[in-house]
Amino acid sequence: MSERGEVGEAGPILELRGVSTHYGPIQVLREVSIEIRPGEIVCLLGGNASGKTTTLKTILGYVVPTRGDVMLDGQRVNGTRTQRLVELGISMVPENRRLFKRMTVRENLELGAYLRRDKAAIAEDFERVFTLFPRMKERLGQRAGTLSGGEQQMVAMGRALMARPKVLLMDEPSMGLAPVLVEQNFELIQQVNEQGTTIFVVEQNASMALSIADHGYVLQTGRVVLADTAQNLLDHPQMREAYLGEL
Amino acid sequence: MAEQAIPAEVLEAAGPTLLPARGVDLRRSARLGLTAGGVAVFVSANGMVEAFSKRDIVGPISLGYAMLLGVALGFGYLAGRPPQVLQGFAAPRPGWRNLVGGLLAGAVAGAVMAVFLVLIATFEVRRIFLNIGPELVREAPRLLTVGQDLGPGLALIFGLATALGGLAGTLHLLRERWRRAVLAAVLWVVLFGLLASVVIQVLRGIQTQLRLWTAPIADVLYAGGALSVAGVALVAAAAFGASLLRTSGRRRRPLRRRLDQLPDTSRRLVRVAVLAVLLLGLGLLPQILGSFLSEVLNIAGIFLLMALGLNIVVGFAGLLDLGYVAFFAVGAYTTALLISPQSSLGLGWVFWAAVPFVILASAVAGLMVGTPVLRMRGDYLAIVTLGFGEIARLLFLSDWLKPVFGGAQGIIRIRDITIGPVELRGPQAFFYAIFLFVLLATYITYALQDSRIGRAWAAMREDESVAEAMGVNIVVAKLSAFVVGAMLAGFGGALFATKIGSIFPHSFNVIVSITVLVVIIVGGMASVPGVVVGALVLVGLPELLREFEEYRFLLYGALLIFMMVNRPEGFIPSGRRAQELHEEDMAQDAWLRERAADEREADVTAPAPRKAGEG
Ligand SMILES: Nc1ncnc2c1ncn2[C@@H]1O[C@H](COP(=O)(O)OP(=O)(O)OP(=O)(O)O)[C@@H](O)[C@H]1O
Ligand SMILES: [Mg+2]
Repeated sequence: MSERGEVGEAGPILELRGVSTHYGPIQVLREVSIEIRPGEIVCLLGGNASGKTTTLKTILGYVVPTRGDVMLDGQRVNGTRTQRLVELGISMVPENRRLFKRMTVRENLELGAYLRRDKAAIAEDFERVFTLFPRMKERLGQRAGTLSGGEQQMVAMGRALMARPKVLLMDEPSMGLAPVLVEQNFELIQQVNEQGTTIFVVEQNASMALSIADHGYVLQTGRVVLADTAQNLLDHPQMREAYLGEL
Repeated sequence: MAEQAIPAEVLEAAGPTLLPARGVDLRRSARLGLTAGGVAVFVSANGMVEAFSKRDIVGPISLGYAMLLGVALGFGYLAGRPPQVLQGFAAPRPGWRNLVGGLLAGAVAGAVMAVFLVLIATFEVRRIFLNIGPELVREAPRLLTVGQDLGPGLALIFGLATALGGLAGTLHLLRERWRRAVLAAVLWVVLFGLLASVVIQVLRGIQTQLRLWTAPIADVLYAGGALSVAGVALVAAAAFGASLLRTSGRRRRPLRRRLDQLPDTSRRLVRVAVLAVLLLGLGLLPQILGSFLSEVLNIAGIFLLMALGLNIVVGFAGLLDLGYVAFFAVGAYTTALLISPQSSLGLGWVFWAAVPFVILASAVAGLMVGTPVLRMRGDYLAIVTLGFGEIARLLFLSDWLKPVFGGAQGIIRIRDITIGPVELRGPQAFFYAIFLFVLLATYITYALQDSRIGRAWAAMREDESVAEAMGVNIVVAKLSAFVVGAMLAGFGGALFATKIGSIFPHSFNVIVSITVLVVIIVGGMASVPGVVVGALVLVGLPELLREFEEYRFLLYGALLIFMMVNRPEGFIPSGRRAQELHEEDMAQDAWLRERAADEREADVTAPAPRKAGEG
């Protein structure tokens, strides 16, 4: 397992350098630069259609940036196949969880470890997932589509963790969850991070995300308009006005 | 009709006492009666009843009549069935409504039929409906009224339909267990009647001492090629008894679980023994069945081989390929080219030397079809592959490639398969070649199902882009599905070519693709037993009962619609497919049901859980 590096000291494990992404003629990301250092939780905030999901898709190779570079561990990885990136240690909890609904919880978790062949270590990770989410153990045989939204979020996270990622990408983990669950969920994210996984989380729920993050970025129509430590962002007047408004 | 949602407060207020459910909806019964009448008129008007009236299946009742009686019984059964019980409702008590529902449906159907008969007796219906056969107009009144005059005949039809509908409706008054037993009895009687020729052939044809015992059985069960009264009684009693036995007493532990509890060595032993007995039985099959039935089996076997292949493409990987016949053709032509001394190559090899090339050629064909459609999904994939299928046929037919493939003249004088000095000539011998390849295909299917690539296919079928995020290489997964599927179809083609002895492009039309697809859909997608049964029934049966041939695709269509509406997961579904198609239906989740049962067992003393309005 990757040891928790001294936050901020080591070189970035994942970095976007002036990345622009287009869907056909439509430009969605405009020279986005983001740095994620080992052991950190970094959050990307922004309203609807600001390009958050697109940023994650660009990192995971679903779309290839038209300008700029995606760097993983100092290596340029834009244009690399998704499959290879998963192998290199990136995994994702997609927007809306997107479980394999017709498969059981166990099968979902197994697919998370699809690229791995180390049986013993996989068994270990099953246990690790169960300690994080004890509910999951009793639901192993249940079809994922019949789980509650909160449970699905757990399975989605467990599935991503089964790949033993160095960097975990999460797309709006709080979407569609009750406030209590959102809080629990973020505690779990923090827990996973403390066990050594670097986390890049995309959120609309800015206050919640910033409360656990080390750094935050704010995206507006595809451009990074604010980038700072989480604490500074929480105090930032513009942030308070635009994203943390009623809090 | 949409059920009205019950407000939560109502359920809450109802508490543990359940709301009574409505019984049989008589309007629905009448509607079903109309449908039944329509079906009966349709099968009469298109000549099916007449065509099938030459085969007696039970006593003097011909298959044609049996079909009409079956319509009345079947729809009566449906019409008398109480509606599904929703959560929060008590099951309706069985009562007169079940009977009335059945009677009503039967009466409506009978009335429709009577009107039809009056119409063809009084008007020149052929002027309008050109497709109605002349025999029908001449013969139908006599045929359909069982030789009575029109007046009494109509009364007979109406009365019979009503009575049968009512009879079927009353089945719902029986306890589930008994009802099942009755249904089993009816089903088996029909089956034994329908397959009379097969059963007789088998019982009389056994070539050992056993024959002394089995031949008299045939004489008791059948008279004049149809089930005798004694036969009906025996078969019905046996089926009835067996069904009751099966559902009796304590639920036995499933065989599988008992097997799992055996120690490792004896478990393996049991497995090997079962497999050996099975193989031996299947190996003796052609001797027992005789030449004609072996031929039927061979044809079904070739389709089975293809269906197992398409099952991998469609069932496992979820890629709807409508041009599957292309690979069948490639296999057949490769074989023919290499082993016919009169092909353009003129090599005249032995069959087995050609097999590696069949594998190679069909794999290449699989890649050729698979590569351009990598980025396509769903409907587009289906349409493009449909095109590929036709392109393949046209290429083999074309003048351009005539020097190689022989154009419309095809390739003739394809040699028989030989094993050492033995030539597999004739259906009984050829069975073994097909058997071998089907075994191989079955093994491949099971092996792939549990493999990494099998899991990748399952993930891809559900959600391609998420599968990719799990690290599944979509390109490899898709192409491998196409290649494996193509290879199995290629084997099918190779066997087809040697079985027929000469091949022509017109044998490789879209109908083959459709038939194979229907086999896996009706049998049960992604389920090997389902595919086997599908091939035997859908391909074997029409070969066996030649009068079906003309109506084959009509029956396929009817069956497809019926299955899609009532049992979209197929006849013998695979676990997962069943779930996929009943996504919203929680009760289908076997695991949930089992768990609930466990919980009930665990706290029998606890108060009954509230059925409705919870959490
Ligand atoms: N495949 C696509 N083709 C064309 N345009 C796309 C595609 N995917 C996303 N877009 C567009 O890109 C923009 C950014 O989309 P994206 O999904 O990244 O937003 P988001 O920040 O994740 O929004 P949300 O918070 O609503 O999920 C949107 O305007 C969207 O319409
Ligand atoms: Mg998004």
